[in-house]
Amino acid sequence: MTNKNIFKELGASGVILAFLMLLPILNMVGPDSGLFSVSAFQLSLWGKYLTFAVLAMSLNLLWGYTGLLCLCQSLFFALGGYMMGMYLMLMIGERGAYKSVLPDFMVFLGYQDLPIHWAPFYNFWFTSAAILWVPGVVALIFGYLAFRSRIRGVYFSILTQALTYASCLLFYRNDFTFGGNNGFTDFKDILGMDLNSIETVRILFISSVVLLFLTYFITSFLLKTKLGKIQQAIRDSENRVLFSGYSTANFKLGIFVLSAMIAGAAGALYVPQVGGINPSLMEAAKSLEVVVWVAVGGRGTKWGPAIGAIFVNLLKSYTTQAFPDYWLIFMGGLFVFVVLFMPQGLIGVYNQLKEKFLKKEGTVSV
Amino acid sequence: MKNLKKLTISCIAGLFLSFSSLFAGDEDSVKVGILHSLSGTMAISETSLRDVLLFTIDEINKSGGVLGKQIEAVQADGASDWPMFAEKSEQLLAQDECAAVFGCWTSVSRKYALPVFEKYNGLLFYPVQYEGEEESPNIFYTAEAVGQQAIPAVDYLLNEGYTKFYLIGTDYVYPQTTNIVLFEYLLSKGIPVENIGGGIRYEGDVAVSAGNYTPFGHTDFQQIVAEITDFAASGDACVINTINGDANVPFFKEIAASGLTSDDCPIVSFSLSEDEFRSLPTKDLVGHLGCWTYFMSIDSKANKKFIKSFNKWLKKSAPDYVQKEGRVTCSPMVLSYNGVYLWKAAVEAAGTFEVDAVIAALESGISFDGPGGTVTTQANHHVTKNVFIGETLEDGQFEILEVMENVYGEPWLKGTF
Repeated sequence: MTNKNIFKELGASGVILAFLMLLPILNMVGPDSGLFSVSAFQLSLWGKYLTFAVLAMSLNLLWGYTGLLCLCQSLFFALGGYMMGMYLMLMIGERGAYKSVLPDFMVFLGYQDLPIHWAPFYNFWFTSAAILWVPGVVALIFGYLAFRSRIRGVYFSILTQALTYASCLLFYRNDFTFGGNNGFTDFKDILGMDLNSIETVRILFISSVVLLFLTYFITSFLLKTKLGKIQQAIRDSENRVLFSGYSTANFKLGIFVLSAMIAGAAGALYVPQVGGINPSLMEAAKSLEVVVWVAVGGRGTKWGPAIGAIFVNLLKSYTTQAFPDYWLIFMGGLFVFVVLFMPQGLIGVYNQLKEKFLKKEGTVSV
Repeated sequence: MKNLKKLTISCIAGLFLSFSSLFAGDEDSVKVGILHSLSGTMAISETSLRDVLLFTIDEINKSGGVLGKQIEAVQADGASDWPMFAEKSEQLLAQDECAAVFGCWTSVSRKYALPVFEKYNGLLFYPVQYEGEEESPNIFYTAEAVGQQAIPAVDYLLNEGYTKFYLIGTDYVYPQTTNIVLFEYLLSKGIPVENIGGGIRYEGDVAVSAGNYTPFGHTDFQQIVAEITDFAASGDACVINTINGDANVPFFKEIAASGLTSDDCPIVSFSLSEDEFRSLPTKDLVGHLGCWTYFMSIDSKANKKFIKSFNKWLKKSAPDYVQKEGRVTCSPMVLSYNGVYLWKAAVEAAGTFEVDAVIAALESGISFDGPGGTVTTQANHHVTKNVFIGETLEDGQFEILEVMENVYGEPWLKGTF
């Protein structure tokens, strides 16, 4: 990487950071109305987009840099979310509809005591660890079996999709102790802070920004290391890497677990900002949506997936209200357009234009 | 990649989009929100409610509005995506500052919306039959509670001399709650446990779940129908059906194929109204029962006027995106219609659009003569209304068999019998 590129990348990250930090600052000191007002609602909405951005970046680590099209990324996201959800449900305490220490849905289903696997989630630090290790362990077991058997390409995608579908059905069951179809909602507070207060909204937003940049640094760091090189080599030609004496299965497994943990962390920040979780998050279509975000933003680029995720969701929020009857056509049209005319995603548009208009220079590369 | 300029552009575009929905409202109008799924799996049911809400608002506006102000409807698509309901609720309340919101169909969408309405002290009218066990200070449930649909239906069947009840439903909170309440109710009416079919799950000595449950979109009902046929073989048996949505098609097909008729064993369904019959084949359902607080076939002046005005609106002033052919009216639609008029009456009684005052007015008891008869709000945020039992006809309409007048809406029924 040349010095110029490093400078450009730092500049880009700086602009993103400055823009994202502007939102909570405007929320705190900005005007109450007009172009520069940021309400608590907009801030938590952007917080949600940021968790989606991290989710897209975690998929990009797999799809963009390792060539593994994983269709269960939102399962890991949801698992992280469920872990956080359990903590938040227990924090409601006796303020639920039935005034019981048990979460409402357990009272409703006739539980006498808290199921044993719920008990440790009273502890925030245990929850924080579980947010990472639960998706990690699921990815480890599934990945171990899949990569050992040399399942690749489209077969890997199909298997991951089956995994998320099976989990979705499992979580929909009322007797699976995770609230069935209704899932978890109506949270009250986190670490003693009222979830409705503007301070908590800001803290959650800033945590999401931190996670976004952490993910960015992990990605950047990985790409610089030998592991990152092998990762990209696997994407470009797995057989060659294999014949060169590298055990690709282990490398892939490592990346898969890491990516699952990042997705889990994003899910954990998503749940308090949205105010609930239910198994619909694990539906196969949700993971496909993540693939779309990555493709729209620019697969295999550092910031592309995040920008794709934010752009698509921003557009979705806007069109579902502005054109409630036509928004799906609008979004579908956008996806087709991106696939046909912007093969490198939104982030590649500039280079595409540059190539087109400055062809004679002939030095522009993607 | 790695480019400063285009990132700046993306960010500016993002900023622009996020703020673009701010515009000044009209002084002479008041905004109300319509929050239904216009896309996704629930769109087939919820779009009709959106349509009837637009019609109601149009009707009120033509007759002078509310407190001299025209109602401006703000639509939001929940997209059958439950977290979206939370986001859209917040948008309608925080950004559009809607005086009231009419919407939600599934329980899970309401559960997502509820904390938002409580946070912003908003007002939501919920129009679809539901499981109860909830009483938010910011929601009015114009919907049928279990005591206004399931219990009257069972009462009717008990009067007709049925002694064996088979419970079947989709595995989620509405069927689970309805069936456990019915289980307790049937026991209190002297029906022995062995005459309640579908399976009962005990946690210790307490029955926590009654009935046979299938996932959403289930298609294979062979075994369950065989079980029902065995159950009904001794006569005097009926089925209480809380299966939701598409899964009803294979279920009734299987029933018809098994040779079980509505004379041998009637099935009373709580999720199938006239509007569902626009897309479901009725042939296998003829003779089976339905129970709602409104049927299109009600022979009253108010109902005829309602249907006529709705059809006229469809033909003349409905927006292009509203489907205009083959429309019917059904209970959730009428409950949506009633909701808007109850809100209007409460606003007029309170003399203000301010939410606390409107809620207080509603809690004091507001009446409206709707297409299904008079409805009156109660202090517990539910609505007293008439309940009708009907038999399904070939054309997807119901022949009314019995009317129960002024049934009180009680959400907390579990453990009371």
